[in-house]
Amino acid sequence: MLARDEFPLKRTPLHALHVARGGKLVPFAGYEMPVQFPPGVLREHLHTRSHAGLFDVSHMGQLALRPKSGKVLDAALALERLVPQDIVAVAPGRQRYAQFTNSEGGILDDLMVANFGDHLFLVVNAACKTEDEAHLRAHLQDSCVIDSLGDRALVALQGPKAESALAKLCADVTAMRFMDTGPRTVAGIAAFVSRSGYTGEDGFEISVPADRAEALVTALLENPDVLPIGLGARDSLRLEAGLCLYGHDIDTTTTPVDGALEWSVQKSRRAGGARAGGFPGAEKILAQFASGAPRRRVGLLPEGRAPVREGALLFADAAAGEPIGKVTSGGFGPSLNAPVAMGYLPTSLAGNGTQVFAEVRGQRLPLKVAPMPFVPNTYKR
Amino acid sequence: MTTLFTSDHEWLRIDGDVATIGVTDYAQSQLGDVVFVELPKVGRTLNKAEAAAVVESVKAASDVYAPISGEVLEVNEALAAEPALVNSDAGGKAWFFKLKIADKSELGGLMDEAAYAKHTA
Repeated sequence: MLARDEFPLKRTPLHALHVARGGKLVPFAGYEMPVQFPPGVLREHLHTRSHAGLFDVSHMGQLALRPKSGKVLDAALALERLVPQDIVAVAPGRQRYAQFTNSEGGILDDLMVANFGDHLFLVVNAACKTEDEAHLRAHLQDSCVIDSLGDRALVALQGPKAESALAKLCADVTAMRFMDTGPRTVAGIAAFVSRSGYTGEDGFEISVPADRAEALVTALLENPDVLPIGLGARDSLRLEAGLCLYGHDIDTTTTPVDGALEWSVQKSRRAGGARAGGFPGAEKILAQFASGAPRRRVGLLPEGRAPVREGALLFADAAAGEPIGKVTSGGFGPSLNAPVAMGYLPTSLAGNGTQVFAEVRGQRLPLKVAPMPFVPNTYKR
Repeated sequence: MTTLFTSDHEWLRIDGDVATIGVTDYAQSQLGDVVFVELPKVGRTLNKAEAAAVVESVKAASDVYAPISGEVLEVNEALAAEPALVNSDAGGKAWFFKLKIADKSELGGLMDEAAYAKHTA
């Protein structure tokens, strides 16, 4: 449900194009966004995995963190006060996945942090962007100028044909590897291009001034390999890729360790590291690194054909007992041609192959804990 | 044989005291690609407006309600193996279940084809 104060819905600079392409628009994070286009979620999903899909993600927040000293190292050190990641080690032209944590070790939001040489460029979730900006201002204003780049659009081009499609408009993207980022000229437009995404596929995320978004997208859609893709397929693609959706799979009650995101916390910020701790909730998170967390995010593959969706309670037993966990994302995976889910289980039951049961319409359906990603990723490393 | 429709986008084909029930082509177009169908058990007695079946797309699950009361005589097992039949032939091969009509007066509240066409126009 949409809260009353979220009206009227905002529109992205690509709204008119979505309407023209037959997009079915729904409210999402305060924006009117296309959930699907005429081919439908299933075909859009499969097209992205076989060709290339173009996603409007302009609702996401884009921010610049500019060091008052002029030295990007000072912005990196400042941001490390808010995230458990090693930001200092992010080289110019590279980006890294991070989380803002709270004093209990919970996750306030997850984000991408790019080093643009003289400043950091951040991309945060749409639903959290106002709070994230306030959080940055409250804690980093002594050393950084925080610029909200509300006048920029963001699109993602994802899939095996993404590189060839984008290379037609910007030849040097072929030299980029996964998580490379920086300014590029695309179809004559001054853009920020990163080789990254949210589908498990190779691909790019392209930030342009809002008034050039339609020109960029029109140029990309001239390529028959590229189709516009809605939020429905974006969700099924990221779920198959085992990627977290903030507010569902991770939130203020889950730590990065609960969320099976240990890989995203570099050794330099862990106990014994060069800059160990020093972020909100460090005491709890570092203790979990040492002795484990009580519960863990896992992949779940239902054994039958019925999708098991968000909110379904998980049980150790087919008939009796209290719930032991909950599904946080679930649906049908078009590439797997099977239902797929993720959720939280007690760590003792989080091992791959463990059978658990989900309650769906009064019945307990068997699922197995399974490794993620469910569909192998194809990043160009 | 008469075909009747509900405002919830189900169709009923009436043959004596048996009603064959499915969802309309309009319903399938709104649901999108169907990936799973759950059908009621044969022998179950359904009350009018009770959740009888579930249709799931990639994105969401939708209930199919019993448009009238009656006992489930038969279900379409083909839908379990091939849920996409709902998209390709909603009004035909993708029937959901057959009911023994408990109370013919319940049919009075349903729409004929012309009225349903107006309803979805």
